[in-house]
Amino acid sequence: MPWIPRGLSEGVLTSRYPRRADGYGPAFRASISVIAPAEASTHIEGSAEGCPTGAITILDDQPQIDRGKCILCGRCTELRPDVFRFDPGFETAGLLREALVVPQIAENDEALRLARAELGRRARALRKSVHIRHIDVGSDGSEEWEVAALTNPVYDVHRLGIFFTASPRHADLLLATGVGAAGMLDALKQTYQAMPEPKIVIAAGVDAISGGLLGRGYASQGGLATTVPVDVFVPGSPPSPFGLLYGILLALGQLSTADRNPRYRSWEPSDKYPGVADPGPRSEEFGDEGRT
Amino acid sequence: MSETFVFSDEVTGFARRVSEGVRRGARFGGLFAAREQSATRLLAVLEDGATISTDSVLIPDSLPQYPALSLEIPAAAWYEREIHDIFGIEAIGLRRLDPLVLPVVTGSSRPQSGSGTNTGPIEIDLSPLSTHLRGEGVFTIPYGPVRSGVFESIEYLVETPGEDILHLRTRVFHKHRGIEARFEGMGPVDGVLLAERYEGVASVAHAIAFCSAVEQLAGVEIPASAGLSRVLHAELERIANHLESVIRHTEAAGQAVAYARFTLHKERVQRLRAALSGSRFGRGVVVPGGVSMPPGLSTSEMFSSIDEIEAGVRADLRLLMATPSFGDRLRGTGIVSPEVARRFGALGPVGRGSGQMADARIDRPYAAYGTLGLRAIEHRLQGDALARQRARMEEMEVSFHIIRQAIDRMEQLHGRELLSAVPIDPNLSGHSIGWAEAPQGEVLYVVQLNEGRLTRVKPRSASFHNLAMFQAAFPKDVLTDFAFIEASFGVSIAGVAG
Repeated sequence: MPWIPRGLSEGVLTSRYPRRADGYGPAFRASISVIAPAEASTHIEGSAEGCPTGAITILDDQPQIDRGKCILCGRCTELRPDVFRFDPGFETAGLLREALVVPQIAENDEALRLARAELGRRARALRKSVHIRHIDVGSDGSEEWEVAALTNPVYDVHRLGIFFTASPRHADLLLATGVGAAGMLDALKQTYQAMPEPKIVIAAGVDAISGGLLGRGYASQGGLATTVPVDVFVPGSPPSPFGLLYGILLALGQLSTADRNPRYRSWEPSDKYPGVADPGPRSEEFGDEGRT
Repeated sequence: MSETFVFSDEVTGFARRVSEGVRRGARFGGLFAAREQSATRLLAVLEDGATISTDSVLIPDSLPQYPALSLEIPAAAWYEREIHDIFGIEAIGLRRLDPLVLPVVTGSSRPQSGSGTNTGPIEIDLSPLSTHLRGEGVFTIPYGPVRSGVFESIEYLVETPGEDILHLRTRVFHKHRGIEARFEGMGPVDGVLLAERYEGVASVAHAIAFCSAVEQLAGVEIPASAGLSRVLHAELERIANHLESVIRHTEAAGQAVAYARFTLHKERVQRLRAALSGSRFGRGVVVPGGVSMPPGLSTSEMFSSIDEIEAGVRADLRLLMATPSFGDRLRGTGIVSPEVARRFGALGPVGRGSGQMADARIDRPYAAYGTLGLRAIEHRLQGDALARQRARMEEMEVSFHIIRQAIDRMEQLHGRELLSAVPIDPNLSGHSIGWAEAPQGEVLYVVQLNEGRLTRVKPRSASFHNLAMFQAAFPKDVLTDFAFIEASFGVSIAGVAG
């Protein structure tokens, strides 16, 4: 009984994202952007003291960074602050693996449109109640903390009709973390196969996208896309809870308001937002809601 | 056993010295291996209060065997099984040399860490291992590897006649990532990034242990403010992990409001850590030679955040411990007797619930711990889940206390000391051992460098060491106790499987 007043003691702390922007997301360093051209130099791209995951390529003086490999160590921003910059904003997930490479040079609008349409067909069938099955395929353990945080009172995904389920038979969405450890690949396949159609797969974190810093090894496959068809890629090492939530909503096609709001399109070339992007309205503590 | 084994004098002498050391009262810290020219070096670590000593022997490829240390030292069994998986060297006399972290097919290559060469394809056999069924009406319940919730992958096989847990087997190999092999060839600056990902929920402790090893080898003293900064981030990590353990307990007990409250406290801690370092896990702060950045908040902002978090945590913990439906589930559950804890050299809060008080911060102070008023927590002997939980609660109190001290000291040093990291010789060679007290217990790093490149890194998490003892924590428990006992051990599987 004494828990009831305790539970009410702080009022509503829950974010209203995605209906409204949340102040915490943009306050958080979540991606690295290219802000200027640079000449090719092995010092950054590949040498032992350069990018530790080889996420950076420079072709014809145009640097590109693969957010599917970037572990956000920030070394490139120290070596070349004139070229690379930490950006706030957690909306970094993408529907295409190629689209995580920024800035985009090749046009893949058509591919993106097709992927979105195909995913939309599946997502529509799920309507407003979505059950997630999480699976660890060789994570470092931090991803599980961030996935579990989605049920805390701040993110509270239940308010969006999103629930976690123990059984793959009840699951609509597979949220997979980890590098693709050899000993978990069969379990991953079986879990995927046990899920009813239509189903959606999210690769959560750079480990799940590319293997991250570990990459490929004798027991690591270097990502999950070769074992199950991945629909949404969520960068981050680990991805933040808001980053995961954005990825889930992207998969479900529930970001119509966000699509219209340029603030959410953080994968756009960042020179649109000079300096550090506007962090948006801040609350006393959590997001823009604050205490009520 | 009809076979007789003949070991060289060096090998038998090594085994005898290690056993004698433990008999004289030293704690077994671990048994590690690294490839050398046509041989494998075994390295045993013994710890006795402030001293840490090592003993090593070369096992020639012509006779890849040694007498099992685990006959006398039960804590050695998992190390011997791991070494067999990775190097193919057999501990003779070990009752069960089942695969632990890597079930390779007989005749396949093994990773041979430290060899610096590609050993060829490693074939893994995932067919289920045998179960130890004993007696009529006994059946096995597999938990995992895909768990019923957002957990790391591990498989427990619980043997039960219906309700009592008769016997438990643990399979950790599912999520083995082979992360040790990735260190080889890296420089220390990249190595610390990988160390942060060995056991991701204890990134700071792993980074400190790795960097301490490198700094000892380089003969480098880190700046005082860097030491204080390491303490700040490491203690916030401890609080976050101990809150996670409370969360797992409240979840198992179905205490919905308490669950919501403690997940909220943990979110506040993670946000504070992000505000200080840019990472919710404190990654990127600890680098060889010091720290990479000053705390991202002012002294007064840090104090007010700490005050708010501590007040909330303290009030809710007081209420939680006074909630009978919670305490009853922990009291007398999952007893690890002081004798078992001593024989296994239990670490961290698991040890401190059963009278094993080893704490690297006190025994062998590193970073700035020697200069702060760090007190030992109460000596507990009950050994149940409640004792482990109380140990964690008291540790959190101590953590809040020393965080304040560290912030105060940093404020005093402000402006008088450059915060940048001390440069490390880029051509460093040699080997050394670093340590840190992670939330789960003591982390060890055996680090070997050759001309600035890592040739072998062996991290040893407390999770690995403690989980070996897990099956001994079910003396009279039933299936519904399992979730509590697992939560009270608080291990991270990533740190066990490697």
